[in-house]
Amino acid sequence: MDIINAIVLLLNYIFVPALSYGSQLALGAIFVSLIYGILRFAYFTAGDLMSFGTMFTILFTWYFQSLGISLGIFPTALLAIPFAIIITTLYVLLKDKLVFSYYRTKKSPPVQLAMVSIGTMFVTQAIVRIIIGPFDRRFFDGEKFILKANEFKEMTGLNEGLTIKSTQVITLLVTIIVVSILFWFLNKTKTGKSMRAYSDNEDLALLSGIDPKKVVMITWVIAAILATIGGALYGLDKSFKPFTYFNNMLPIFAAAIVGGIGNPFGAFLGGYVIAFSEILVTYAYRKFFIYLLPESIEPDGLLQLLSTDYKFAVSFSILVVVLLFRPSGIFKGKVL
Amino acid sequence: MPFFSGDNMTGGYGGADIINSCTINVNRGEIVTILGPNGAGKSTAMKAMLGLLNLKSGKISIDGKDISKLTPQDRVKEGISFVPQSRNVFTGLSVLENLEMGAFLREERIEEIIEEIFALFPILKEKKAQIVGELSGGQRQQVALGRALMTKPSVLMLDEPTAGVSPIVMDELFDHILKVKKTNVAIIMVEQNAKQALSIADRGYVLVTGENKFSGTGKELLNDPEVRRSFLGG
Repeated sequence: MDIINAIVLLLNYIFVPALSYGSQLALGAIFVSLIYGILRFAYFTAGDLMSFGTMFTILFTWYFQSLGISLGIFPTALLAIPFAIIITTLYVLLKDKLVFSYYRTKKSPPVQLAMVSIGTMFVTQAIVRIIIGPFDRRFFDGEKFILKANEFKEMTGLNEGLTIKSTQVITLLVTIIVVSILFWFLNKTKTGKSMRAYSDNEDLALLSGIDPKKVVMITWVIAAILATIGGALYGLDKSFKPFTYFNNMLPIFAAAIVGGIGNPFGAFLGGYVIAFSEILVTYAYRKFFIYLLPESIEPDGLLQLLSTDYKFAVSFSILVVVLLFRPSGIFKGKVL
Repeated sequence: MPFFSGDNMTGGYGGADIINSCTINVNRGEIVTILGPNGAGKSTAMKAMLGLLNLKSGKISIDGKDISKLTPQDRVKEGISFVPQSRNVFTGLSVLENLEMGAFLREERIEEIIEEIFALFPILKEKKAQIVGELSGGQRQQVALGRALMTKPSVLMLDEPTAGVSPIVMDELFDHILKVKKTNVAIIMVEQNAKQALSIADRGYVLVTGENKFSGTGKELLNDPEVRRSFLGG
């Protein structure tokens, strides 16, 4: 029984949380990767765009709540996301028209565009803080748990409980749906193929008559959709704090680079690689070994490789190692 | 009057002129090759005809229509297709997707054109689902040719199609180019392998420092003692 308890322990504290955290990172990493592939610069506004989208999800959630609209056991935020996507889309398109298109027509080097995106990052941060403030906010409503630890214990008679939060299941389901639609779009539709072609070989794409303006616009729209959904899911699962979203940029970029930047599928898997590494390294394994080892050699310490305060060090180390030894990433993206 | 011509083209990439009153023309169903030493402006002359550089003077026309002021994209719509020397395929896309992208501007069903391309290059049909980056050099060049032919062009311009492929593959590629010629397409190609290129070309131009130095039929140029001595290695 102890082995089963140990496995449930890992499922509860590592597998389930990493799966939902990984999905949230993956959504961010996919759009960072797409922007890198098509617009050819590192989009540092990524984290704050997610916070922008989440902010509007929260505002619409409040509005719907004030009207008395709710989705019953589901969070009201799910209803708010489409409206937030519309506003975020308008915001990125406006930003592209006012800022990025100028540097694009000037054919500025990618480094310059990356710097510009740091500028838009500050602007986006400021907008979010002016509208909603820097505080930590929870906007989850509806049924919180799908499986409670106690219920699981009663059902199985184990010592260890398994908790599954509804936000974790929602995150996973929404990610599967969104990512499937995205890859269907990129691989099967003419417009999606033209985006991949443009990312692959810009000159040849122009010679083939692919319209760069349309490709760029659709890239921004996809970025806004993924940023809002990914950000809102993260906020539902944990909480919304603008500064946390800014910090999430590191694991998101690490995920995109691990997967091979410019390669959306790699970024998708990269999200899980980063999430699992982060949680595996910062988890305290003491209880796990208590279940497995005989009492005589039970460990005294926490058996934690790295304190959770240092979780960003994990993404950072992965980032450095990948850039040093395999700059094209697992799935052969572009070399930075 | 020739079908596609660039008359007295002068220009360069901003600095000094690379081509000087250079004239090149081609008719449908004809292969014309541009030869010359390194830096003679061969590729530049071809790119000028496609509109990739601004000409100071000269006139480009196709089928009697002046297209000197059109952008490369608009010239593609006029029936000119171009295969660059390098990076001429979408390496991350499958063979079939490469062909589909070639016909991006076509609204109607493109299956028929794809079948025609498969008939010209049977190997592409066999490998249609494969990612182009995984193909051999010769097969990639066939994909590049196929992609360029998807617009059903009347003029096909090839920039050193045999650069970096083995002699056997080169012969095979020239065979394919001859097949394309039989579909009544006007072909202009820049070539380093002068002898082989002249042996399949109807006519050739030899450029030196951006100017027409010699021109004539493939046979004439091959037999011209001066051309032989300076460009064909005796």
